[in-house]
Amino acid sequence: MLASLRNLGQYGIDLLTVLGRAGSIWWLAIWRRPRLANAPLVIRQIYQLGVLSVVITVLSGFSIGAVLALQGYNQLVKYGSESALGLGVALVLVMEIGPVVSGLLFAGRAGSAVTAEIGLMKATEQLSSMEMIGVDPLQRIVAPRLWAGFISMPILALMFSVVGIWGSSLVGVNWLGVYEGAFWSAMQEGVDFRSHVLKGIIKSVVFGLVVTWIAVYQGYEATPTSEGIATATTRTVVYSSVAVLVLDFFLTLVMFNF
Amino acid sequence: MQMRTIEIVVGAFMLAGLISLAVLAVRVSGFNVGAETNTYSVYAKFENIGGLVVRSKVSIAGVVVGQVADIDLDQKTFTALVRLEINGDINQISTDSNAAILTEGLLGGKFIGLTVGAEDQYLRDGSYISDTQSAIVLEDMIGKFLMKQF
Amino acid sequence: MNSNGTPLPDNHILIEEVTFSHGQRRIFDRISLTVPRGKIVGIMGPSGTGKTTMLRLIGGQLKPERGIIEVDGRRIPQLSRTELFQVRKSMGMLFQSGALFTDLSVFDNVAFPLQIHTDLPKDMIRDLVLIKLQSVGLRGASKLFPNELSGGMNRRVALARAIALDPQLIMYDEPFAGLDPIAMGVVVQLIKTLNRVFGITSIIVSHDIHETASIADLIYVISDGKVIGSGAPADLFKEDTPRIQQFIKGLPDGPVPFHYPAADFRQELLDGEITSHAFFR
Repeated sequence: MLASLRNLGQYGIDLLTVLGRAGSIWWLAIWRRPRLANAPLVIRQIYQLGVLSVVITVLSGFSIGAVLALQGYNQLVKYGSESALGLGVALVLVMEIGPVVSGLLFAGRAGSAVTAEIGLMKATEQLSSMEMIGVDPLQRIVAPRLWAGFISMPILALMFSVVGIWGSSLVGVNWLGVYEGAFWSAMQEGVDFRSHVLKGIIKSVVFGLVVTWIAVYQGYEATPTSEGIATATTRTVVYSSVAVLVLDFFLTLVMFNF
Repeated sequence: MQMRTIEIVVGAFMLAGLISLAVLAVRVSGFNVGAETNTYSVYAKFENIGGLVVRSKVSIAGVVVGQVADIDLDQKTFTALVRLEINGDINQISTDSNAAILTEGLLGGKFIGLTVGAEDQYLRDGSYISDTQSAIVLEDMIGKFLMKQF
Repeated sequence: MNSNGTPLPDNHILIEEVTFSHGQRRIFDRISLTVPRGKIVGIMGPSGTGKTTMLRLIGGQLKPERGIIEVDGRRIPQLSRTELFQVRKSMGMLFQSGALFTDLSVFDNVAFPLQIHTDLPKDMIRDLVLIKLQSVGLRGASKLFPNELSGGMNRRVALARAIALDPQLIMYDEPFAGLDPIAMGVVVQLIKTLNRVFGITSIIVSHDIHETASIADLIYVISDGKVIGSGAPADLFKEDTPRIQQFIKGLPDGPVPFHYPAADFRQELLDGEITSHAFFR
């Protein structure tokens, strides 16, 4: 009993330590001294994290949009409301699936790469040598990645939604024969920019921040061995995926007035 | 890869993001820039608004001319007080116009249909529409229909 | 003279009564040593005595539990993060692995400190980088990437990078480890030249006794968290403390035990208790 209580306390303290260290990375990397001179580094990282994730995001968006159209049509046609197909698909994509699925893809594709890269830099003493040259790796290595995640993630989520809606229109309108005018007008009628699209964007911004933050932290704190980097990379994917899903629930709870 | 190429590709990426945003705004959510800047408000009281919600459309002869901005309960008469925002360029709606809460299709959403009257006086910001027709509630209608049968 | 106009202390580095532990293990126990300006100082000792830790303490990457660490009269552990990065500009450090940035070419690796810390025009940086590379004999390799270089060349490029900002102090972490005799000779020569020509204070952490002794002005032998002997190499060879003699002559067993502390060997074999955690599962 006492032992389990002590374990619980130990666990709590460990958790606080992790939060503290992660927070200090955040603070030292971004809020203390953002530098314009680091802009080229940010651009390079947007390329690494964002541009290189475009293909997987667009492909997934297209197929998910198409599947949503197929399944949605099957259900809606029973009630003769297949004209609401566009509306349903667009709402689901813009508010939920766009930000969440692209966040999960981002965690798998970009987050793991960031962790492995930083972990390897640590293992090969590149971070140490950078410190000894008098350059803060938090500013040089970590900050550009955090910024890049912050900027790339909403763009990827927007692309995902747009491609998904396009995919659903191809399946719904061109293939299953939903009346095109009804498809788009019901969508425009029902989807509101501020209360749906904007909230989806806010979600994706949060996901981008959290995923890159976890990735960067895991890389920076990785045990500098091959096994340690492997563990850290796995953790990044697992933790950030769970974080995306849990945060999605709470963000939905808060933003959509439940 | 060359830094220059990366910059161009990243630029294209950001542009794609902006285009996506624009598509979502215009094509998907029917966002109309500047639509709200020039409107005027008129009020109407209804016995029963049914499923009317804020942002439901207001139409004349099926053409959308504005939207429902606010729905309140008038505590004295216990009727619904609805504020309509009408586009500024639709400025010749006569004061004796009729506002009815109609249904799109059989089970669709509610909207307000205006039927223009014959008066020379036009509705202005803050005017009241006195001639209103409440929502048809399906249960009431079925009830009345059954009463007539027996 | 430093920027305040006060004369710099004779000792480039002053370490007094420093205690440092890594987890439960005490690595330094009230250790004191000084590094005179412009000299080559060897810090020697068996593996695992925390020689590299000493360099990290001096560089401010680790903080001691207790004690004073002064570089040029500035107390390293008390400096703020920003000040620390300022002070490090006047230090160079050569890591055992070289620790070159793998995504940059040899040229860019050496240019990196110059681009960050100076406002020099591009062509001047180019000239400086070529001069530094020339001095380590690798000007021809400037377009190669670190993974295309041998271990010895990697270390030489790292040395060129370490001296890019003309530091007053260079710390060498195991500069001779894992090099063939020729490459080792080259590195020995380079360290000596840098010290004699530019007057750079050098600290060499190593267990290669002969190479270090051949160029060091002063050697500290560390064991069990304490300095067990110090002096010029020639004097140190004459000293007859058993620990120092064991280390210098390379005897496998002596006061520094060959065995990690363990239970009685025969007893453990007889016990038959399985202690492996991975193999027998």
